[in-house]
Amino acid sequence: MNQRNPAISKGIDWSLIWIYLVLVVIGLLAIFGATYKEGDPFLQSFIGFKTDYSKEFYFLCVALVLGLFILLTDSKFFSATANIWYVIGIFMLLVVFPFHSNIKGTESIIKVGAFNFQPAEFCKICVALALAKYLSRPETDFTKTRSQLIAAAIVLFPAVLTVMQKETGLALVFFAFFLVMYREGLPSGILIIGFAGAALVVATLLVEKNILAMVLTGIALLVAYLMRRQIKRKKQVFFYIALIWTICVGVQRFVVPFAFKHVLKLYQVERIYSTIGKEVPVEYIEAHKKEAENPSGKKKDTDYNVRQSKIAIGSGGVIGKGLLKGTQTRYGFVPEQRTDFIFDTIAEGYGFIGCIILLGIYLLLLFRIVTVAERQRSVFSRCYGYGVAAVFFFHIAINVAMAIGLAPVIGIPLPFISYGGTSLLTFTILIFILVRLDADRQMVLR
Amino acid sequence: MPVFNQSRSRIIRLIFLIVFIVIIGQLFYLQIISNQFSSEAFRNAVFTKIVFPQRGIIYDRRGKAILNNTIMYDLMVTPAEVKNFDTLSFCRLMEIDTAGFRARIREAIFKNTRVRPSVFQSILTPQMQARFEENSWKFPGFALVERPVRTYPYNIAAQILGYINEVDPEDIERSGSFYRQGDYIGKSGLEATYEKVLMGQRGVQFMIKDNLNRLVGKYKEGALDTAAVAGRGIRTYVDVDLQQLAEKLMSNKVGAVVALDPKTGGILAMASGPTFNPNELTGPEKTKNYTRLVLDVSAPLLNRAIKGRYPPGSTYKPVGALVALDEGVITPASGINCRGVYLGCNRPIKCLEDWAGHAANLRLAIAHSCNSFFSDILKKTIDNPKYKDARTGLTRWKSYLTDFGLGHRTGIDLPSEDGGNVPDTAVYNKEYRNSWNSCTMVGGGLGIGQEKMLVTPLQMANAICIVANKGYYYIPHFVEKIDNETKDDTLLNKYRQKHEVLTHIPDTAYNAVIGGMQDVVEEGTARIVKIPGINICAKTGTAENYRVIDGKRTKLNDNSMFVCFAPRENPKIAIAVVVENAGFGATWAGPIARILLEKYLNDTLQTKSKDDFDRISTTNLMPSYLKRLQYIDDSIRAYKWFEMTKDSTYIKKYTGINKGRNEKKPGERKDIPVNKQKTQLLATLPGEKRFRKTPVQPV
Repeated sequence: MNQRNPAISKGIDWSLIWIYLVLVVIGLLAIFGATYKEGDPFLQSFIGFKTDYSKEFYFLCVALVLGLFILLTDSKFFSATANIWYVIGIFMLLVVFPFHSNIKGTESIIKVGAFNFQPAEFCKICVALALAKYLSRPETDFTKTRSQLIAAAIVLFPAVLTVMQKETGLALVFFAFFLVMYREGLPSGILIIGFAGAALVVATLLVEKNILAMVLTGIALLVAYLMRRQIKRKKQVFFYIALIWTICVGVQRFVVPFAFKHVLKLYQVERIYSTIGKEVPVEYIEAHKKEAENPSGKKKDTDYNVRQSKIAIGSGGVIGKGLLKGTQTRYGFVPEQRTDFIFDTIAEGYGFIGCIILLGIYLLLLFRIVTVAERQRSVFSRCYGYGVAAVFFFHIAINVAMAIGLAPVIGIPLPFISYGGTSLLTFTILIFILVRLDADRQMVLR
Repeated sequence: MPVFNQSRSRIIRLIFLIVFIVIIGQLFYLQIISNQFSSEAFRNAVFTKIVFPQRGIIYDRRGKAILNNTIMYDLMVTPAEVKNFDTLSFCRLMEIDTAGFRARIREAIFKNTRVRPSVFQSILTPQMQARFEENSWKFPGFALVERPVRTYPYNIAAQILGYINEVDPEDIERSGSFYRQGDYIGKSGLEATYEKVLMGQRGVQFMIKDNLNRLVGKYKEGALDTAAVAGRGIRTYVDVDLQQLAEKLMSNKVGAVVALDPKTGGILAMASGPTFNPNELTGPEKTKNYTRLVLDVSAPLLNRAIKGRYPPGSTYKPVGALVALDEGVITPASGINCRGVYLGCNRPIKCLEDWAGHAANLRLAIAHSCNSFFSDILKKTIDNPKYKDARTGLTRWKSYLTDFGLGHRTGIDLPSEDGGNVPDTAVYNKEYRNSWNSCTMVGGGLGIGQEKMLVTPLQMANAICIVANKGYYYIPHFVEKIDNETKDDTLLNKYRQKHEVLTHIPDTAYNAVIGGMQDVVEEGTARIVKIPGINICAKTGTAENYRVIDGKRTKLNDNSMFVCFAPRENPKIAIAVVVENAGFGATWAGPIARILLEKYLNDTLQTKSKDDFDRISTTNLMPSYLKRLQYIDDSIRAYKWFEMTKDSTYIKKYTGINKGRNEKKPGERKDIPVNKQKTQLLATLPGEKRFRKTPVQPV
């Protein structure tokens, strides 16, 4: 390929390109399988831009052209313009607020002609670039708390904006960038605290609150007893234990209920509870009385979605039912199946073996990206590489986990496979920039 | 370039790997370990559609379909598609009001959701269907759906053929859940007996449905589907012309006609009066008609040919004579000097003839139906010197009658046949505390077919077949053969078996009795039945009967009975006729039998028979007490309805106006005041018996 033009092909990591191509073809097939109606003229509808798979096909063409342009771009361009892109990204996110389209349930989409454009998707690229840029600055000393806070702010600012556009799922993606920071030296303690916090929240949902408070108190007393010598030496230790205990109980007694009552929407509460398999407590439903009385489309029977999705996946068995044979995905039992639940189409059609192959390809992609990132000489390229890996990982893990009932349904796409022009373009750009940077890995970018 | 934290790349890879392993673990559980999901997916997406086979057709002896299938139409509605709808003109078309329209749509949505079709009105009248088809373009969301319905091209044989209806829970349980809710099953008559043959085999179609339960295609291109196999036809012995004639003759009469082919036991015609048009129980008016028939005290739904219990009267005499001859208590030459009364027992029995010599021998006695003679020979049979006492004699007599097919069910291929009654020693032992003798029953009239003896018209016809065949018979049955019969069709086996029950009686005895029966027509009581060129053997009967009406045992007009077979030399048809409360056997039952004989043997009717046919078929012989019974029945039901609903319009026509008349004698009332306000029929009450026993029950 491209042997006649050594300037472009030189140093390009072909394995990434191949994995990319394989995935987009699988995606096209999956969308075809999910939306093809029996008796449609095959070629005609493929070219006609009427059906979803036809649209996706054209998006793919656009994405490939865009990818080619990226490969033709000088890699210095990305490091040089990273901050500008970030500003553009934030600007577009802000522009959404007055100009968003009136699509039900979201305020994150701008209509440009016939296309729906979702800046929050696009912003992932900007954040990946900007974070890489910030971390690769010579004056950045990432061991300092100040630098860590700035990096966190770069990541969280668009996340907050996205939450305000009622796209909690997309906002969560930005948290994936903490993986980059971790790689670049964010203390392990922070990750541990993060996990502990998450565990506390889950425990709050699962365990009756008074029992949990008693358990926490018991743990605190046990720790205090075990550390009695340190406490004797240093009174502060006891103070810290007491402080942590206070925070934990505070979170469990006040913060989580507050979040569930006033921050999250009822449908989100329902999704979270349906994932852990429990009924939503009455007090939360009462706090959302207004919503409960005027049910809108989005929060309809959340349990149904996951159950149908599980049925679809489970009925695939070992080898699946074959392309276009899945009854669950073909006849509309699984909602949102060309976007959020596209994994069901593959799981039902190709079974456990198909899933293993797909997940294997994804894992290969992630590992390849990490390998590519690690071999970079420039910090910018490495950070960017990890950013890409983190975003992909988050999308894949959460999307599949929600289809199989391990994560709440937050509605984020499966990279390269879910239907949607913006997401396909975003993921394409992400990966092609990495390929471009990797091709010039001998250069040191700042 | 400092590369610290390089180890963390391994940790990150480890995190990736762990998360993927967790996901694969869950996938492994969902797709391989747990097997509930594929059946759930099947339940979700596959609709098992039962394809109902065409029910089998019932043919007469010449291959004419007495019972056939036709298509009627249900009006279906899909509420979601009812848009831009001219409700008013639709309602005018369907003859309902808009409130009713809305109620039905609501019900449809409630039952089957908005997007699935449900029945708006089942079975349209042909007029409504035509009107709808003309205007159907105006009414989106409405469509006609075919529905197979039974039809009776000749409007005959309602009680024989029976009817089909949706299965009830008992049917489903009895069949071991073979039938399902909504299936049709033969409820009575041949439809019930030959259900297995007629119903055919259901087919199954697996259809794919979508999330809104709309059918979108065939599952696996129909690879698992099985086709429905149409029910097989059955060929009967019934002669449509004869049956039609018999039913017309029995119109406006209570009674029954049975015509058998003695050679095969095949039933050529079986009519019970009053009857109804079987087409009334299909079609749109079905429920209304059914209610009317059920509430009619004359019980049109009752097949009196197999369920009516009648004292045989003199028609029993040929049987009595054969028993006496075989027991050796008389010879064909035996006679009696009867002068109009039998005094052999303490109670005198009147004889209709009083001239000397009318019972000089067996033939004469049969020809003139001498009561004295037959009372005498029964006495002799019971007091047979061969046996030590009357008990043995009576037991012998009873066993002869059992062989003649009397006193027990014949085993005809119709459900719920009645066995009649022939008394045995146990009955008398109980009633008379063991102290009885032959005069107990002879004095009561057992010798002339009265007292405790009760037979069904079918049993009478069958007994005459045995006489005609000189000792053998086939169980009377309708069905000659089943189309495409296989070895598994065991239903007909018992009807193809010859029963040589009484062939041990010598031919001389048969010839004497048959000769007597011929004389009945030639010179005896049934000269009216004579047909030139055919030797008919017959016996008239005129049986007394009683009934409790308004708490009093009332003697009603005699039942007119007649049995015959012809031709004598080679019997082709045997007929039994009962007309309740019509008088002498020769007046009504005899001519009916003659018309049928002539039709069957000559295929045409002579002028005399034609006149008789017109006369008989237009005569109303419905017993007058029925009106009284109907009035009592209706008023009781009305009162119960009144108690339930507190709506006094139910009882208005029975109260006040009618005071003082209720004591009127039965049979005399002609004017039952009818209040115009409530003339429609009341529905049956819960627990009310749906099929009445025959109104004639001796007391």
